Amino acid sequence: MNTLFDKIWDKHVVQIVDAGPTQLYIDRLYCHEVTSPQAFDGMRSRGLKCFRPEHIYCMPDHNTPTHDQDKPIEDLISKKQVDTLERNAYDFGLTHFGMMNPKNGIIHVVGPERGLSLPGMTLVCGDSHTSTHGAMGAVAFGIGTSEVEMVLASQCILQQKPKSMRISINGTLENGVTAKDVALYIMSKMTTSGATGYFVEYSGSVVRNLSMEGRLTLCNLSIEMGARGGFIAPDEITFNYLKGREYAPKDADWDKAMEYWNTLKSGDDAVFDKEINFDAKNIEPMVTYGTNPGMGMGITNNIPFLETVPANGQVSFKKSLDYMGFVPGEKLLGKKVDYVFCGSCTNGRIEDFRAFASIVKGRKKVDDITCWLVPGSWMVDKQIREEGLDQIFEASGFEIRQPGCSACLAMNDDKIPAGKYAVSTSNRNFEGRQGPGARTILVSPLVAAAAAVTGVITDPRILM
Amino acid sequence: MKQKFNVITSTCVPLPLENVDTDQIIPARFLKATDKEGFGDNLFRDWRYDKQGNPIKDFVLNDPKYGGQILVAGKNFGSGSSREHAAWAIAGYGFRVVVSSFFADIHKNNELNNFVLPVVVSEEFLSELFKSIKENPNMEVEVDLPNQMITNRELCKSEHFEINGYKKLCLINGLDDIDYLIHSKDKIEEWEKKSSK
Repeated sequence: MNTLFDKIWDKHVVQIVDAGPTQLYIDRLYCHEVTSPQAFDGMRSRGLKCFRPEHIYCMPDHNTPTHDQDKPIEDLISKKQVDTLERNAYDFGLTHFGMMNPKNGIIHVVGPERGLSLPGMTLVCGDSHTSTHGAMGAVAFGIGTSEVEMVLASQCILQQKPKSMRISINGTLENGVTAKDVALYIMSKMTTSGATGYFVEYSGSVVRNLSMEGRLTLCNLSIEMGARGGFIAPDEITFNYLKGREYAPKDADWDKAMEYWNTLKSGDDAVFDKEINFDAKNIEPMVTYGTNPGMGMGITNNIPFLETVPANGQVSFKKSLDYMGFVPGEKLLGKKVDYVFCGSCTNGRIEDFRAFASIVKGRKKVDDITCWLVPGSWMVDKQIREEGLDQIFEASGFEIRQPGCSACLAMNDDKIPAGKYAVSTSNRNFEGRQGPGARTILVSPLVAAAAAVTGVITDPRILM
Repeated sequence: MKQKFNVITSTCVPLPLENVDTDQIIPARFLKATDKEGFGDNLFRDWRYDKQGNPIKDFVLNDPKYGGQILVAGKNFGSGSSREHAAWAIAGYGFRVVVSSFFADIHKNNELNNFVLPVVVSEEFLSELFKSIKENPNMEVEVDLPNQMITNRELCKSEHFEINGYKKLCLINGLDDIDYLIHSKDKIEEWEKKSSK
């Protein structure tokens, strides 16, 4: 009761269906090329037009190659999907940021940085990492394609109201511990289903002190513990980030928006269905050792022994370690790495590349490691160059690729070969996620950079 | 994919693994289609076929002992990506019901929106069901949506399952949410007027 989630949700209720879900008004819909074509087809076969086209933004990101974007996509099936989005946007009168448009990039990077994702909004996309936009103080969540069609048709969605949870992280993060580590630490405690059915508000001094980029990383990973979404009440950091951004309100509209945004916090008397507290001093740089994001540990720790895993989960645990080629009880420090990927909607923002640069500066990439640095958007790419980070990368033997989802889910050419180890700043270490047979270790940009210059899993704190 | 749902009695396909994520149900490289057809052929692709495309004998979908319209899976089924392609793959393969002790939220909605019924049962019911199927792959389960009951016919044991009344009505009548929403335009416009003040 009286949580920020309640305030935003309740404000957007159009009606409650008899014996059923809530009809919720959606302020912003984002569409990418993978989960939208069937929704547009559905609209056509029902003879419908978009109800509120001005609330909808489209951009391809999953299939985009990370090189030669000025040329046609070589993979014809990918090309068809990307072209289909452009055609659908045109036919239904929607704004579309196509490949090579300076506004293109990963939807979850572009929305906040262009000021399209705003506090107090309800926001959806056919993509589970839509929770990212919760960092702006929005109620943002991933939906399926049928639900995309609902929003195209009516700007509404039918949803059961989730329960509310508050996760507070207090204390001060140690040097070398980032938002990504906080998130992976929370996942390791919550498991991949620990927050299913809940919408999570993150709070506490650690969260308040995170930059906007760090908050976006934290909220991005909410789905990995099963949460419907995660968000952070907007504050001065949010407002300073948004002010002057292209699509953010201006002048009198800004003042009016601020009046509303300033009310966006949970009441002192707010009651959550569940409250969980974590202490920053227990968090160190994290690595995952298994095949779901909940299978993480501090970088200096050892993989748990089978006996410590609950009986029901032992078969899955063993299958997971077999897939990764790890044995219970061993450390990951010193393990050889084949690929390093820095990018994705989780860690593809300017701060992530600053962190990566801080470690590799004055060092060299290990020769037999393949490293992909993929900015989350053209805007991030521009920032990298303006800040001179590109020169640091070049001097250390790294090249910057063009923006997109890339190796996070390997829908383009950026695939990790079977059996190879990839240290990755992305969000999922599922079997085959980065290519059939690929073995993924999820980390922060600092840990990724440390692996790139040493060739093995390395504690970045010794390089700082 | 709209089809009416009433009572289904069928043998089951058991998948006693926890945290089966949607990347396993349908890997990302199969998400490039622009229609909903053919996903069933690639359901559980990397568990079902080796790199050369040959069926992996000990995976349950390749085991001739098991078949039917009901998939029985371990806890936390459908976690991860929101891809509805996972639900299309399950429906396309011919499953009408998925039984588990726990479903990930988005995937559960996706199943319902494709007229596949997710049935949440207790851990006890689930582990007995796995045991029954293992002992007798020909055993049948009855899923009675109107009465919200699932029955393990081998043990003659039934359990009530939850579904909201609206979704139940949709499934029984073969209607979907869009049919509902496009008839509520007046209410939506009323909301817009009120909120712009």
